[in-house]
Order: sequence, then C-alpha cells, then structure tokens
Amino acid sequence: MTDTPLNMVEADQTLVTRLRAWWSGETANPAKRVQFDRPLTPWLFLLPQLAVVVIFFYWPSVQAVTSSFYLEDPFGFGATFVGMENYADALNSSEYLGTAAFTAFFCVVVTTLALGIGLLMAVKADKVIRGAESYKTLLISVYAIAPPVAGLIGMMFFDMHMGPLKDLAAFFGYDLKVGINYWDTATALIVIAVWKQIPYNFIFFLSGLQSVPVSVREAALIDAQSGWRRFWDITLPLLAPTAFFLLVINITYTMFDTFPIIDVIVKDKPANNPMTLVYKVYLDGFKGNDIGGSSAQSVILMGVVALLTVLQFRFLERRVHYG
Amino acid sequence: MAELTLKSVGKTYAGGVDAVTDVNIDIKDGEFIVLVGPSGCGKSTLLRMVAGLETVTRGDVHIGGRRVNDLDPAERDIAMVFQNYALYPHMSVRDNMAYGLKNRGESKAVIEERVAEAARMLELGQYLDRKPRALSGGQRQRVAMGRAIVRQPKAFLFDEPLSNLDAKLRVSMRMEIRKLQQRLGTTSLYVTHDQLEAMTLADRLVVLNGGRVEQIGAPLEVYRKPASTFVASFIGAPAMSLLDAQIEGGQLLLAGQALAGVGIAPGPVTLGLRAEDLRIVANGLRMRVEYVEELGAQRIVHGMVGDQAVAVIDQHDTPLGPDVRIAVDPTRLHLFDARSGRRMETRLHRVAEPAQ
Ligand SMILES: Nc1ncnc2c1ncn2[C@@H]1O[C@H](COP(=O)(O)OP(=O)(O)OP(=O)(O)O)[C@@H](O)[C@H]1O
Ligand SMILES: [Mg+2]
Repeated sequence: MTDTPLNMVEADQTLVTRLRAWWSGETANPAKRVQFDRPLTPWLFLLPQLAVVVIFFYWPSVQAVTSSFYLEDPFGFGATFVGMENYADALNSSEYLGTAAFTAFFCVVVTTLALGIGLLMAVKADKVIRGAESYKTLLISVYAIAPPVAGLIGMMFFDMHMGPLKDLAAFFGYDLKVGINYWDTATALIVIAVWKQIPYNFIFFLSGLQSVPVSVREAALIDAQSGWRRFWDITLPLLAPTAFFLLVINITYTMFDTFPIIDVIVKDKPANNPMTLVYKVYLDGFKGNDIGGSSAQSVILMGVVALLTVLQFRFLERRVHYG
Repeated sequence: MAELTLKSVGKTYAGGVDAVTDVNIDIKDGEFIVLVGPSGCGKSTLLRMVAGLETVTRGDVHIGGRRVNDLDPAERDIAMVFQNYALYPHMSVRDNMAYGLKNRGESKAVIEERVAEAARMLELGQYLDRKPRALSGGQRQRVAMGRAIVRQPKAFLFDEPLSNLDAKLRVSMRMEIRKLQQRLGTTSLYVTHDQLEAMTLADRLVVLNGGRVEQIGAPLEVYRKPASTFVASFIGAPAMSLLDAQIEGGQLLLAGQALAGVGIAPGPVTLGLRAEDLRIVANGLRMRVEYVEELGAQRIVHGMVGDQAVAVIDQHDTPLGPDVRIAVDPTRLHLFDARSGRRMETRLHRVAEPAQ
C-alpha cells in the first residue's frame, strides 16, 4: 500500500479525471494491485475496531490513572490532587487486603476445579465419542446461559427461603445462609462460577483430546498397559497447549467475568460478603462514590493482571510443547 | 520370537461391514510374511487384530502358542511400525525408543544399552536428543523402526511403513528392513499394497482380496502359479494379460488360432499371458501394435490380439511395423476357469502344426 494509484496515472489528465480514477480504483496495471485500490479503504475497515479500542480501553485507562491521583468530591464539585494517597489508603486497608486475599483464593479454587472437572469430563466423553454429540450439546448448552442467568439460577438453588440446596444442607443439619454467612456465600460463588466455566473448558479439552493423532494413541496402547500412565505420559503433554490457553482464560474469567455472578449473589446484602477486587472497584466507585480510591484500585488490578500475564507466558509457556 | 497363528479369523465392523472373512495363516518362527492386496481388502484390519487394536470378531489369534484374543495390545509382546510413524511428538528420539521399555520395568542400564544398540544399527546416534519434528521423513521412519527393535518383541507388525517415503528412499529402506529382520530373526507381518515391495520382502506372500485369502505362497510360487485371475493380475508388472479363449477338440484357441493342446473339456476359459513369456517372431499370432514403452534395457509393446489387450516384453530395438507376430511356449500358458477365475491345472503341449 505504499504507492498510490496517482503515480500510475498519465500526466496529461485533468485533476477531475485523475481524482475519479483514484476514487474508483482504476490503475494503469491493475494486475499488480491485488488488495486495496484506494488508500482510504483499509482505514475505513479498521476504524470501528480502533474506535472501540480507544473509546473503551485507552481512554478509560488514562482516565483511571489520572483520577487515581485525585480525591473527588462525592457530589461532583471538583477534585483535589492527593498524589499517591489513594494507593496508600487501599493498600493499608484491611478490607482491601481481605478482598485481595479472597480474590486470590477464589481464583485458585475456581480455576483448579473448573479445569479439573472440565478435563475429567472431556476424557470420559472422548472415550465414548460416538455417542458424544448429544452429550456435547448438553454441556455446551450450559455455557450458552449468560452469567447473570447462571447467577440467578444458582441464587435460586442457594436461596435462603426456598432453595433446594438450603433444604439439602438442612437435611444434614446445616443452616445454609448465602449472602449472610461469609463462607456460605463464598461456597455458593465458587460453585456457580465453576459450574458456569466447566462447559467451556470441556469443549476445549475435548477438541484438544480429539486432535491427538489416533496412531499416536495406538502406539501408546502398545507401549503402556496402564491407561493412567498413557494419560500422564502422552495425552497430558500433548494437551498442554490447550491447558495453558485455558489456564489464562480461566484466570481472567475468575478475576473479571465472574462479576455478574457476584453481583446477583451479594447485591444489596448486608456487608462483609466475599467479593473479588473487580467487584470492590465497582462497589467503592459507584456505590461508595469514591472515584479516586476505586480508580487507584483498578490501576493496581491492571498491574496485577499485567504481572500475571507476564508470569504465565514466561514460566509456563516454556514448558508447554507445541508438537 | 515366536510363531503366529490365525485360525478362521474374521472381522465384522459395527454397521455390518465384513472386512475380513475366514483367514487361516500359520506363520513360522522368524518368518517374514507380507499381506498384500488392493486398497480396502482388509490388510490393516487383519494386522490390527493381531496387534490388539481391533477386536477379533471370529476365530483365534495365537502368538507364541498363546491365545491373545482377549489380551491388551501391551500384553501381546508385539511391536508395531505405523504408516505415519506415530512418534510421540513431545519426546526426544531417545525417549521415544525407551518409553515401551520403561513401562515394562526394564532397568536403566538395559534400556540405555538397547537404545544405544538400536541407534547404532539405524545410524540414529547423532539424533538421539532431537524431537521428531526436527527429523526428516526417512529419519522418523528409522526412529519408528528403532522403537520396535529395542523392545525385542515376539513379532514385528508393519502397516505400510514405507508408503510416506519417496521412491528412492523406499527402495533403500526396504532393503534395510529385510536385512534387519534377517539379522534379528523376529517373526514379521508386513502390510503393503505395493506388489513389488511384497515380492522383494516376503518369505511368503498372503494375497488378500475382499477380506479373503486368495493365495499364500513364496513370491516366486505365487508369481509362477497364480491361484486365480485376481492374483495373476495383481502380482507382476506389467500385469499378466488375461484373455478370453476357447477350448475345442483338445486345443486351446485364441482368436481362431490353436496355441496348445490341452486335456480339458471344451468351453470358454481365461488365458493368462505374462509379458516376458511372449516373443516377437516371424510366424505366430497377429498382434496390432498400439504403443511401445521404452525402458532402456527392454521395451514393453502393448497391442491387440483380435479385440483383446496384450503386453509383450521385447529385448530388441528394431523398429516395429503396425502388425507383429507373437508366439509363446505352451508350458508358459496359464489357464483359469472362465466363471470362477480359479487356476486350472492341466498339461499343455505343443500342437503338431505351428499356427499360421
Ligand atoms: N472402523 C471401521 N468401521 C467400519 N468399517 C471399517 C472400519 N475400518 C475399516 N473398515 C472397512 O473395512 C474394510 C477394510 O479396511 P482396511 O483398512 O483393513 O483396508 P486396507 O486393506 O488396509 O486398505 P488400504 O490399503 O487402503 O489401507 C474397508 O472396506 C473399510 O471401509
Ligand atoms: Mg491399510
């Protein structure tokens, strides 16, 4: 796209004909111009995507960083520059640190369970793959449910007054109080978040398993009698790229995409419920009207995510085989 | 090392496809058996039943005197070389070869020694620490061979191991496989659809057609006395010419001319003519020349006798006219039943007066 059609046009043409030729993309040697005849066209195609990135990513990021250095008047009458104070406040607050600890815990537990159960189901489904079409559809359909709906359904299961799980717990002599008891709520959050993510992991693991060449499996069948050994030595290493991809996706999911689930479960409930850092950013910013503090929190979060991503790629990807 | 026996083995796939029907083969210890036949005739199915990768629907498979129908592949003490090599992509060449031994609880010292020995035999020494993707097709093929050798199994099973290699490499690997097998003396079952490969490798050939055994025999025996028109046309290049002929009054007639005297009842028969048994002569059957393949050492003349195609191998390079005369030694004729295609054993003798 370096040279424009203008260069190709004869010199004795008038400006109008030249412009027309340029606009309609006529060239002296059309065979050479394969992709875009008009230099504006690619930009036109790129524009919506660029706009989305700028408006919804760069601009808010810049805003967040800026406002994290200010103490904003809750009623919108101006802001005072306070330097790093918002950061110091956040990092010294035991509530913030508690939320951070829960987020880490939540992240580890949900990712482990969602990946583990997804893999287990995929391995089982892979064995009976002929009958798996309906099985697959059944499990994907769970993923088709949007998180708020999953949260709602989960909430119904865990409902204080009529939830079946509450009855089940009561049957075993336990009083389940989701939204009130910290660990009851945490359990509910984990169960719903895991439940929601399993189908996604299942599908990817299943297709990963199916892409292990049949003959390689058969060679392993001759080399090793124990199915567990074959899985551990052959299948799992060949599944590693899929697993790594899913690990990144799952961590991102637990940190960010669980927002609607948490919202449904803890919204308008008395304080001291478990939540993730993202939800706390929202709560402090929009409910607590502490824009500066919440901005500082989100900048910290950005840093954590950046760090995690770097760590994942540096230390894990190296040990993954892309055969 | 062991003998390998298939007794009335049959396979019906789910969905009712009869891939293999009533196959009986007795393989002696150390024998190299080649299963050959056209695509879809059930060669792989048969081999995979021996390996344990497919269940045996009917009959029994014995390896070393033990019935193995219900054993896992890993328990059968066989090693298999796959068409696409099936190397473990995440393991080094060394680990690929060692994996089967590790799982059989061999000691480190034994494993190391066997891998080193195999690497030496296959000239893989400098590649031991490479991953398969960093090897050429021929080298991968060797690793697959190495993986089979280190195991020192009762039998080697090969499923078209050379068909992914280029023609030249195929010929040299073919020789290497044969030499290795003779040196190790391991019973081998080898699948191919390449009749030349089959002829050159086999102690005995098993020609399969539509899941049934057409003929079992040493390569030359199969070549010289094909049991059916199917075998006749499959083994040998150029393929044996098969022509409709008549028997009348104790004489074999082709296009109205007597070729030989026979002692069978009158009626139609299928006559088989090997190209190298035919000679271009001054007096004989008239053949209209269609085209000539020059091969350097010889030429193959394709033509028509009456309205039937015939190929003749000719050692001369004198120019040919539009018509030539061909002749054949009556003892070199093959006769097959016109209906069933089975070989007819009969004594053929020269007719008193050469045909004009
Ligand atoms: N898993 C299967 N299910 C049903 N039918 C099968 C299955 N595998 C093979 N077949 C059928 O069994 C027959 C024999 O197949 P097989 O793979 O043994 O042929 P082959 O002789 O090895 O052919 P090729 O030379 O092409 O490899 C074919 O008709 C094939 O369609
Ligand atoms: Mg096959």
